Amino acid sequence: MSEKRTGAQVMCEALIRNGVEVMFGIPGGAIMPFYHAMWEYRDKLRHVLCRHEQGAGHAAEGYARATGRLGVCIGTSGPGATNLVTPIADAMMDSVPLLAITGQVASHVLGKDAFQETDITGITMPITKHNYLVKRAEDLPYVFEEAIYIATTGRPGPVLIDVTKDAQQATIVPNWNIKLDLPGYKPNYRPNLKQVREAIKLILSAKKPLIIAGHGIIMSGAVEELRAFAERTRIPVITTLHGIGSFPEDHPLSIGMPGMHGWVHVNRAIQECDVLFNIGGRFDDRVTGKASTFAPNAKVIHVDIDPSEIGKNVKVTVPIVADARLALQAFLDELPPDREALAELHSHASDWMEHIREMQAKHQPKQQYINRANTENMSLPPHDVYAALSKALNSRGNYRVVTDVGQHQMWAAQLIDWYRPRTHITSGGAGTMGFAVPAALGVAIACPNETVWVICGDGGFQMTNQEMATIVQEGIKNIKIAVINNGYLGMVRQWQELFENKRYSGTPLSGPDFAKLAEAYYWKGITVEHTSQVEAAIEEAYETDGPVLIDFRVEREANVFPMVPQNKSISEMILESPHKS
Amino acid sequence: MKKHTIVALVQDRPGVLSRVVGLIRRRGFNIESLAVGHSETPGVSRMTIVVEWEDVEQVVKQLYRLIEVLKVSDVTHDPIVEREMALMKLHAPPAKRPEIVALTEVFDAKIVDVGANTMVIEMTGSPAKVQNFIDVIRPYGIKEMMRTGRIAMVRGARGHTAEEFVESANGHAERVPAMN
Repeated sequence: MSEKRTGAQVMCEALIRNGVEVMFGIPGGAIMPFYHAMWEYRDKLRHVLCRHEQGAGHAAEGYARATGRLGVCIGTSGPGATNLVTPIADAMMDSVPLLAITGQVASHVLGKDAFQETDITGITMPITKHNYLVKRAEDLPYVFEEAIYIATTGRPGPVLIDVTKDAQQATIVPNWNIKLDLPGYKPNYRPNLKQVREAIKLILSAKKPLIIAGHGIIMSGAVEELRAFAERTRIPVITTLHGIGSFPEDHPLSIGMPGMHGWVHVNRAIQECDVLFNIGGRFDDRVTGKASTFAPNAKVIHVDIDPSEIGKNVKVTVPIVADARLALQAFLDELPPDREALAELHSHASDWMEHIREMQAKHQPKQQYINRANTENMSLPPHDVYAALSKALNSRGNYRVVTDVGQHQMWAAQLIDWYRPRTHITSGGAGTMGFAVPAALGVAIACPNETVWVICGDGGFQMTNQEMATIVQEGIKNIKIAVINNGYLGMVRQWQELFENKRYSGTPLSGPDFAKLAEAYYWKGITVEHTSQVEAAIEEAYETDGPVLIDFRVEREANVFPMVPQNKSISEMILESPHKS
Repeated sequence: MKKHTIVALVQDRPGVLSRVVGLIRRRGFNIESLAVGHSETPGVSRMTIVVEWEDVEQVVKQLYRLIEVLKVSDVTHDPIVEREMALMKLHAPPAKRPEIVALTEVFDAKIVDVGANTMVIEMTGSPAKVQNFIDVIRPYGIKEMMRTGRIAMVRGARGHTAEEFVESANGHAERVPAMN
C-alpha cells in the first residue's frame, strides 16, 4: 500500500477501511476533488445525492439510528457546510454516531473571506463531539481513523472533518500504520463493581422500585439484559422517548412513557417510588419536569457512559459510569442467585405493580385524551389514524417508524404499541422539525427489506419534503409517509390554546394538496378525510409497490394529553383543555 | 457566586483554547483571568482559569468531555501557591521617583525601565499583593498596565501532571461493539 494517492482518494480509502458503505451529500466547488475520487470507489462506497445538505445530514442520522453504525454526510464549504449544522446539532443531542465531511477553501486563502468560505470548525465546535480542520493530505489517514473512533465509541456523537481543497488534491503516499494517540479520551465501559453492589443493596431494600430505560439500552444493545434484569427483580419498567422499543410494551412489567406527555400513572409512580434505577437515560427536562420536584422520595441509581450526565439534573445516590449493557450484565452477575434473597423484593414489587396498574386503569384509556364528547361528529380524530397504524404495523411486522417533532410525534410515542429496539426513530433532544422525511431515506437504505413509515405533521413535512425526489432517484420503494395534517403548527397552537388564551400567533398553516404534491414527485398520493377511509388507505399504501404519501386531514384542534406544563412538577398534569368545545 | 481557580492540562493542538473557552462562554460566565503556557511535558499545555461559577463540578465534568483535555482540577480549596505578574508604565517625573522607588522596594517589585517621564515596573506576587501594589501606586498615574492573570500550583507532593496520560497514550480504550 505504498502507492501514491490524492488526498481525496485517501479519504475514500479511509472510509472503506472503516466499514463505511453509504454516504449522503451534495457536491460543490471545495469538495469536488473528493467527488472526483469517489467515482473510482463507487462499487464499495455508495453516494446518495440529496436535495439539501440538511436532508443529507438527517439521512445519515437515520442510517445511523436504524443500525447503530456510523452515518456519513458530505457538504461543500460555506453554505453546504452551514446547512449541515442542524443535523449535526441534532446528532449531538441524541448521541448519534455521525461523520460530517466538508470541503474547505484552499489553505492559502483560509481566513481571507474566499468564495464560499465559512469557519465551519469554529461554528460546529459546541455541537460536535470533536472536529478537525485538515490542511495537509498526510494528516488524512489518522484524522479519519481518529474521527470515526471518536464518533462511534463511548457516548457516540457527531464529528466533523473539514478538508481544504488543496489537501484533497495533493498527492502523497499515505501512511496507514496508524496508532491512535488520544490520551484525553478513554471512555469507561466497565462498571465499578463496588458501586453495582451498593446499587443492588438499595434495590433489594426498596419497597417501590422503578427502572427507567433510556436511549443507552438501545445504543449499547442491552435489550436482552434489561429484560432479564427486570424479570429477575420484577421491577416495573418505564421507557423514555428514546428508550421506546428497549422493552416490549406488552410485557407485564412495562408501564409506559414518563414526562411531559407521559402517562399519569407513570409520572405518579416516579413521584412515589423509593428507588429509581435509570439506565442510559439523561434525565432530560422533558422527562423530569421541574427537576427539583422530581422523584422526591427516591434514591437514584444512575448508569450513564458520560460522567458529565450524572448529577447534572437530578441528585444521584449511586452513580455508575459505564456502558449500559456491561452494567446490566454486572447487575445480573451480582444479584443474589437464590430466589429466597429476592423474595422480599418480589413481594414489594408485586404490591407496587398492583398499585401502578390501578392508577393506570383509572387514567390511561387512550381515547379519553381526545377530550371531545362528540367524536362521532368529528370526521377524523388523529387518534383513529394511530390506532389503525398501530394495528397495521404490528400485524404485518417488519417495520421502522420515523417521526418528526410535535403533536404527531407524541401521539406516535403514546398510541402505537412498541416492541422492538430501533423501530421508533425520532429527533428527541434537539426537537428538529423536518427530521423525519430525510431520516427515513437513510433508514430505508439501511433496512431495504422493511417498511419505513414516516409520521409527520404538515409543518415539519414542508421543511424538508424535497427529499421525496431523492427517494425516487434512488429507487427506494419501502417508504410510506403519513402526514398528520391539521393546518397548524399544532404543538405551538396547543400551548397557545392552553396557556396563551388561544392567541394563535404564527401557527395557522396552509399547504399544497399533499397528495398532488406526492404525485408530482412520482409518488402515489392518497387523501383521507374520514375515519372510515383510514384502514383502506393504509392497506393501499402497503399494496403499492413504491413510495406512498397519505394526507390524513385530521381534526384541526386536537390536543396531546396528558401534559405537564413547562417547568411544572410532573405531579401537576393537565388532562383536558379548559376550553370545552 | 464564588470565584474558582481551575487548573487544566490540555493537549497542545490548534483550537483547544477555543474549545475550553467556548464551553465556559456557553453558560454565559465571564472569565476573570486565563493563563496558558507549556507544562513540564512537551505537547501538553497548562491553563489556570479564574471564573465565577455556581456549579464547578458540572463544568469540570464537561471540560473532561473535550477530547484534548487531560486533567482538570478545581484547586480553589486546596493549599496552593498562586502568582501573577503585572507590568505597569507609570507617569514618573523626576520629582516623584524617590517615592516610587521606595514603594517598589517595600513590595519587592522591580523597576525594569526608566524613561524621561516614565518608569516601567514589574510586580510579581500573590494576586492580592499585586492588587495591593496597584492600589498604592495608582495615584501616581498608571499610563499602561498588563496583568498576566494568575497561575496556580498545589503545594507539597500532590501533583497535577500529564505524565500518566503520556505514558498510557498507546493503550487507548477498548472498543465494545453494539449488539443490535
